[in-house]
Amino acid sequence: MLTFIGKRLFQSLFVLFGLSLLIFFIARIMPGDPARAALGHLATKEQVERVREEMHLNDPFPVQYYYWLRNLMRGDLGKSSYTRRPVTMDLIQYIPATFELILFATLISAIVGQVTGVLAGYFRNSWLDGLSRFVSYLGIATPSFVVAIFLLFIFSQVLKMAPGVGRLPIIMTPPPRITGFMTLDSLLAGRPDIALTALKHMILPAISLAVIHIAQEGRITRTSIVENMQKDYITVHKVHGIRTSRLLFKYLLKPSIIPTVTVMGLDFAFLMSNAFLVEMVYMWPGFSRYAVTAMLNKDLNAIVAVVLVIGLTFTVVNLLVDIIMMFLDPTIRLRSEGS
Amino acid sequence: MREQLKTDLWVSLKQKRRGFAKGWYKFSRNLLSVLGLVVLILIVLAALLASYITPYPEHAKPYTNFKDAGKPPSTEHFFGTDRVGRDIFSRVIFGYRFSLTIGIVVLSLGVAPGVMLGLIAGYHQGTWIETVIMRITDIFLAVPPLVLALAITAMLTPNLKNQMMAIALVWWPWYSRLVFGLASSLRNEYFVREAELTGASKLHIMLKEILPNCLAPVMTKMTLDMGIVILLGATLSFIGLGVQPPKPGLGTMVAEGAKRLPGEWWGAIFPALAIVVVILAFNLVGDGLRDVFAVEEV
Repeated sequence: MLTFIGKRLFQSLFVLFGLSLLIFFIARIMPGDPARAALGHLATKEQVERVREEMHLNDPFPVQYYYWLRNLMRGDLGKSSYTRRPVTMDLIQYIPATFELILFATLISAIVGQVTGVLAGYFRNSWLDGLSRFVSYLGIATPSFVVAIFLLFIFSQVLKMAPGVGRLPIIMTPPPRITGFMTLDSLLAGRPDIALTALKHMILPAISLAVIHIAQEGRITRTSIVENMQKDYITVHKVHGIRTSRLLFKYLLKPSIIPTVTVMGLDFAFLMSNAFLVEMVYMWPGFSRYAVTAMLNKDLNAIVAVVLVIGLTFTVVNLLVDIIMMFLDPTIRLRSEGS
Repeated sequence: MREQLKTDLWVSLKQKRRGFAKGWYKFSRNLLSVLGLVVLILIVLAALLASYITPYPEHAKPYTNFKDAGKPPSTEHFFGTDRVGRDIFSRVIFGYRFSLTIGIVVLSLGVAPGVMLGLIAGYHQGTWIETVIMRITDIFLAVPPLVLALAITAMLTPNLKNQMMAIALVWWPWYSRLVFGLASSLRNEYFVREAELTGASKLHIMLKEILPNCLAPVMTKMTLDMGIVILLGATLSFIGLGVQPPKPGLGTMVAEGAKRLPGEWWGAIFPALAIVVVILAFNLVGDGLRDVFAVEEV
């Protein structure tokens, strides 16, 4: 078991190392002078030359990469040419808002996806099954920015049922920052009213993010419910007169969780990339909006950092999923030990 | 042996001809897939003939007519007009041109290298060649394609050409992974072993023995991917890193229209629906193909 974890860990480290090399390489072969970009067009030639020397831009590529990697290990990702602050500071400021949103979206998609999946599987070929299939088709074909715009338009602007953009209304003072999660910080500051408002602001963007995953997780759960329903143990339980709800959520859902956990791990990274769009529509002051701003302003250090952070999240989540799966599903464990 | 081979060949030829009719029968049983195909043909025709069939073809170019700006949908302007008076319906049809171009160019650039690398890795299963190719593939797959494509386009200059290059650069690994999986199991089949024993060259085995057996899943994935690549292209344009205004990219139009919600809702909603329709059509056709080829994992 430890060898399995060790192997996966090594693999993950290798992937991250490769990713850093790839993105650093792309950033360096791009036309344009990073030193000039960092200083702006008013700087003199001598100033640019000095910064080039400081950034090791006159050295060969491997040397440049070495210095960059050494700084990365110290948590120094360089300075953002757009915000004029260290990129690390920017990331610390913006990441919690995005994580709060994504965790909320994951929660929604896990609960709603599982429930609709179980029901659609049990009441196969009913209107509910049809509806869930329709939504899943639509969910896959709809870019999340379209979902975001539609939801904002219908529920916030026309029906006025939900608040508009941002994390809080402008007139509300945010609580002192402790975790960076607005809801948690408000509760810690003893202001449940702000926490509630913040939660309301999160509903539409979180649903925009979750829709496609609800659809997918629902379909996967449905498939495995349908598969398991034909098994003997379910017939036995039925004959024993166990209540339908208990049958569904205790005996049928459990074996269906394994494929869903795998998908949820993958989903987490895709939520991060879809957050790019949803945060843009909802003016969410998070990591993804920072990333988009960096990209639109050709802020090289920030772009590299953004890709690395997402790669890191993706790799870590996948590693965790693999380890969780190993505990959930003994066949994986045995197979890895056998080989 | 030789006679047997001849009969086999004859049977397979006959099956091939019958296979098409059978395939079409299977495909046509799924009404949704047929609907998708019809919609798709209409979209492709409309995009090809855009200059002749759209009511205001000149509106796809830089054009302003403030007299007609911000008009709601009417019989004159089916989807209304935007803030500078351009007919949104005409622009959506022209926007399909960009979307289809992105899909076709990206897939033709990305699929061939992906398939070849997967084939090579699958054939050399268990050797260092497999390790090198598949680990590089892993690196590309460690970041969602949208993020990597965005980062690359951002570091280049945002325009249609660079956008397509960036998406193609992040698209090949999916095919190498798919084909690797297929090829590594096919290479242990008897017909491959037999070809090896008769002294067929590596190239022959890879291209003539293994590749044809990978084509059905690859084709199915390509159809499904057309939808996803179009989605990605629209997304890049929406963010502002793709087709640049005043060119009518569908994503660009949604971004421009979104600024004027909720008052002039038609500016964002119609282009957004247009994106959904084309992606949905490709997905439905892809699903139909999946049933025809009986492909399980794509």
